This record gives sequence, structure tokens and C-alpha cells, in this order.
Amino acid sequence: MKILVAIKQVPDTATQVKVGADPRLIDTAGITWIVSPYDEFAVEEALRIKEKRGQGEVVAVSLGPERVKEALRSCLAMGCDRALHLNDAAWNGADTLATARALAAVIKQEQPQLVLCGRQAIDDDMGAVTAQLAELLGWPCASWIMEEAVDAEGTTVRAARQVEGGLEVFDLPLPAVLAAQKGLNEPRYPTLKGIMGAKKKEIRDVKAADLGLGAEPSQLSVVGLEALPPRPPGRIIQGDVPTAVKELVRALREDAKAI
Amino acid sequence: MRLELSEEQQMIQAMAREFAESAIRPIAAEIDREARFPHETVKRMGELGLMGIAIPEAWGGSGADTVAYVVALEEIARVCASHAVIMSVNNSLYGDPVYKFGTAAQRERFLTPVASGHAQGCFALTEPQAGSDATNQHTVAIRDGDHYLVTGRKLFITSGREASFALVFCQTDRARGHHGISAFIVEKGTPGFGVSKTEDKLGIRASDTAELVFDDCRVPVANRLGEEGQGFRIAMGALDGGRIGIAAQAVGIATGAYEKALEYARERRSFGVPIGQHQMVQWMLADMTTAIEGARLLTLQAATLKDAGKPYTTAAAMAKLFAAETAMKVTTDAVQVHGGYGFIKEYEVERYFRDAKITQIYEGTSQIQKLVIAREVLGS
Ligand SMILES: Cc1cc2nc3c(=O)[nH]c(=O)nc-3n(C[C@H](O)[C@H](O)[C@H](O)COP(=O)(O)OP(=O)(O)OC[C@H]3O[C@@H](n4cnc5c(N)ncnc54)[C@H](O)[C@@H]3O)c2cc1C
Repeated sequence: MKILVAIKQVPDTATQVKVGADPRLIDTAGITWIVSPYDEFAVEEALRIKEKRGQGEVVAVSLGPERVKEALRSCLAMGCDRALHLNDAAWNGADTLATARALAAVIKQEQPQLVLCGRQAIDDDMGAVTAQLAELLGWPCASWIMEEAVDAEGTTVRAARQVEGGLEVFDLPLPAVLAAQKGLNEPRYPTLKGIMGAKKKEIRDVKAADLGLGAEPSQLSVVGLEALPPRPPGRIIQGDVPTAVKELVRALREDAKAI
Repeated sequence: MRLELSEEQQMIQAMAREFAESAIRPIAAEIDREARFPHETVKRMGELGLMGIAIPEAWGGSGADTVAYVVALEEIARVCASHAVIMSVNNSLYGDPVYKFGTAAQRERFLTPVASGHAQGCFALTEPQAGSDATNQHTVAIRDGDHYLVTGRKLFITSGREASFALVFCQTDRARGHHGISAFIVEKGTPGFGVSKTEDKLGIRASDTAELVFDDCRVPVANRLGEEGQGFRIAMGALDGGRIGIAAQAVGIATGAYEKALEYARERRSFGVPIGQHQMVQWMLADMTTAIEGARLLTLQAATLKDAGKPYTTAAAMAKLFAAETAMKVTTDAVQVHGGYGFIKEYEVERYFRDAKITQIYEGTSQIQKLVIAREVLGS
């Protein structure tokens, strides 16, 4: 069974994001880039499906600039067999729909039986690509999945997705698109052997022309980014306890209108 | 000169850091308090390939290099020095010499299970009267047909109780002094080979330090590593590599303690300001981080020389000396920055302080490193 995992490279969760000189972009100086955590669940699940079936291929794919190769290399170190890098100036500033179109085109070429993604990327939290991709392919899709089981023949997958207060269980005919939620699994660390072997695995550059696509104007444009306003400093109420408590209650009621 | 880790080395470093933070950090204080060997996490280190980093894949190792070993070991030591020494002995003092001097058959039997993390190896050189003076070996191996009969005691052996294989140094020809020392791999369970005691220690308390006893223990000739009389050279070569590992351990301990001191200096206030605003505290922090950088560079330099196949005995001794002294000084000052809280177990720097001490002692005391360096510079 061939599984394709679509991953996105995002700033490390510990990054203090700053608005860049162009106020529509973030300042990328000094950022450490990682594979988006939800996408790591997807990679892990794909590897587990392959291991459980004893055969198959896991292909990692990502769209983005040259640095994205590092993220793909991490996926190869975890155990993916090869990687595709959608790397073309035509995709500079691609919005979710343009990204989904490019992924759909490469998926049509690769013809995997299953596509796994994270439920959303943790940078801009759009969470749109998965659904757009499934729509473009005409495949069924389940998001926020907590459990999955592909049947022995590899023709259907049972997926349980997180909903308010419980799980919603679906049977989807394959091929299908699944988007991972936290809790699906615990992603493995790459082993040293995996890391050393990753260099020998293929990361193939894919250009827009290879997919029969041209530059596509984004339908969505970012108008501007704004930093969160700094948190106002806390207020220390002075005085003895009975007076201070009285003042606290007054402030909560009248100033903060919290009680 | 380029000072940059390769992409693989960076990935290995990142993996070791994440593993140390998520799997080792939560248990580090507890295993120290209880002096409990961390079987579960050591097994996972084996699965990740951390127990045979520079051993080729054909023999169960990870096929990386000494620099990768150093950066991974530092990350582990930054969180727990006990895990670091367990890892270091397995890689440097057992894996390295068995790979270097072992025949294909010996590598298959004695290296593959250890480098792949399925079993551990230990290195047994020290005896009650033979510490710094390692030439003064009293353990004997007397040839008896296709076996040797080994009799003697080995003291302070790291992983001595846990290991399935012991690399044991014995006198096969007393008359020839240290030219009469030979190396043997003795398997756990061999009749006449026992572990008589486990030490209760000041630091690296979760590591296992044991006394091994040999009483007419029959060891097949096939278990002899290298030729008769080659043992001392094998031991010294292993220690050269081991010292790079201990230097990395010391850098990791120092870094862990420094980071805690830095954090504390930002938060703790006295005389109306964070203590980090007092010049004398700043002075300590500046000295700490400068010494750590120096120690790290010396360690990486020794590792780079080893990887390049160049002589590294002196570089390793310098790295070990400087890093161990740095670890002791930095952890002492890290406690100082914490004031009274530094003396309390809850604040954890006291563990780093206790763990640092051993780096000045094992695999050659700081005095012995100076001896090695002085001999080299004087050409004697
Ligand atoms: C926790 C722990 C783990 C260990 N693990 C191992 C292991 O896995 N395998 C193993 O074989 N050994 C191991 N050792 C032994 C360790 O390597 C020795 O303890 C060390 O080499 C010092 O030897 P010693 O204790 O006999 O001290 P001594 O040699 O008696 O030294 C005492 C003091 O005299 C100084 N001194 C001695 N000779 C000289 C000299 N010529 N010039 C100047 N000063 C000198 C020393 O520097 C030291 O300060 C371990 C020890 C400990 C405590």
C-alpha cells in the first residue's frame, strides 16, 4: 500500500514570532524550522500502517522554499521511503487552494491509496488544505482523526474523529484523505540509523510544469499582520488584608467587570 | 576553519536533546535519589542507536562519527550524568576497542549485541592497587590448553553488574610488566566470574559501579582481544577515546547547571533588582559560559582529530582536563548563584555539583591528564 503524507515546515513552537519589514510577512531571521507537530502524527501513522502490513511505501511531500528539504529529511530519518519537494517560484505565496491544487496534481501522478496530513499547520492555523485537497481529488475525507484502521485488503479505512464529547466513526472507501489530531499516536524519534540513512534517500524536486500547472494568482491575500498587544502589567493592591480584599472585590466588579 | 555541524550531526543532536528532555528529565532526580539503574531509558537509548554511535552498521552500530557521539552525549549529560556515563562506557571503553581489535568472529559475538543496544559491555582495568598506576595489574590469566584461567579483582567498574560482557585486563606474563598485560572478553555467567558488590556513591548515583571477582574463571582463548601482551595498549587507546566522551559529559553537566543558574539569576531578586543585575553574579555567569564554550571546542577538536584518523591522545587529555575542571567550577558557582536554595535537593543544581566531581577522577584523574600533556610537550 502506497501512502502519501503531506507535511508543512513551520517555525518551532518556541519561536517568538515577529512581524517582518514587509508587514504582511513574519520576520524569519533566526527561526528554527520544524515539521508541523500534527503532520508528525500523520508521518508516524503512515509508518505504522506500513509496518503493520509488512510492506508498502511512504512518500513525504511538501510545498515550499529550499529550506523545506530539512523538514523532508526529518521525515526520511523517521522512516519515510522517499520525498517530493514542490519547489518552484510559481508557488511563492501560494494560498491554501493553490497548495491543494499542486498537491492534488502530484497525488494524481503518484496514485497513493491513502493521503495523510495534520489537522492544521501550527503557523497560520488555516486547516483548509486537507478538505480542499479531498474535494479536488473527489476523495472522501475525515479530519481530526484519533484512530484509524485500514482493512486487510486495503480497500477501506475505518477512522474515528474527535467530536464534542466523543468519537465519530466513519468507514471510508480508499483512496481517501485523513487528517491527524493529537492523540492519534506518539511520534517516534528518528533513530541514528534513520538519520544516517536519510541522506541516501531521494528528495525529488517537482516543478509546476512537471504537474502541468502554471503560476496561479492567490485568491487569498494577506493584508497585514499585527503583533499581539503587550500584556499590561499586573496591579499589586497595597494595604492590610481586609482593605486589600475589599479593594480587590471592588476592582473585579467595577473595573474588570469580572464578577 | 569551519565550525559547523553537518546536517546529520545536527539532527542527531536534536534527537538526543528531545529524548533527554522528554524521557530522562522526568526521572533524573528520582533515579539519583534512589540510586536506581534506569533500565527502561537505557533500553530506549539502545533502540535509538545511542549505544554504538560510531560503530559501523555491519556490527550493529549507527555508522555515525565521534563528533556525533560527542554532541549526543553532551545533550544526555545536560539532563542526567548517570545516563551519560552508561552511554559513554558502552560506546568508548567497550565498543571502540572491541571493534578496533576484534576479529570478525569476535565482533559478531561480542560487539553486535552491544552496539545495537541489546546488551551492555563494561571495561575492567582498575584494581584495588591499580588506579592511576594502571600498569600494576594483579589479575592474572594463566594459559591452560585452549583456555585461560583468570583470577583477581576489578574495582569501581561502571556497568559491572548490568553488563553481559566485560573487557578484562590481566597479566599473562608477570615478568614483562605492562608488556605482559592482555585483554579478554569475559561473558556474564561464566563460572568463576561474579559481581561481589555495588558501590554507594556521591554522584552519578544511577549508574552501576561494581566490583568484579574472578576465581579460576575459564575463558576461551577465542575471547582474547588482540595478541598476548597487547592489552595495555588496547586499554590506553580505549581511554584516549573515552576521555573525549567524559569531556563531553563534563560539558553537558556544566551546561545543565549553567542554564539553571542563568534562569535563577533572572528571577531571584535581592536589594530590589534581579540578582543577575549584581555585577558579581554577572561575573560568575560570564566566566561559566566562557569556560563552557572553551571546553566544548576542545572536546569537538579532539573528536574531529579522531574522526580524521590523526593522533588525538594529547587533545583528548586537554579536553578531559579542561572540561572536568570547568564542570566542577561551573557547578560550584551554579550552587553559589542559587544561594541557600542551591543547597536544597529540590533545586537540582546540587545534583549537577555532585555529578561533576567524578569527571575529575575517572578515566584518568586531572593530575594524570596533566602528566599526559606534560609528557607530550616535553617530548619525554
Ligand atoms: C564512579 C567510578 C567509576 C569508575 N569506572 C571505572 C571503569 O568503568 N573501569 C575502570 O577500569 N575503572 C573505573 N573507575 C576507576 C577510576 O578510573 C580510578 O578510580 C581512577 O583512575 C583513580 O584511581 P584510584 O582511585 O586508584 O586513585 P589513585 O591512583 O590512588 O590516586 C589518588 C590520588 O593521587 C593522585 N595521583 C596518583 N598518581 C599520581 C601521579 N603519578 N602524579 C600525580 N598525582 C597522582 C591522583 O590524581 C589522585 O588525586 C571508576 C571509578 C569511579 C569512582
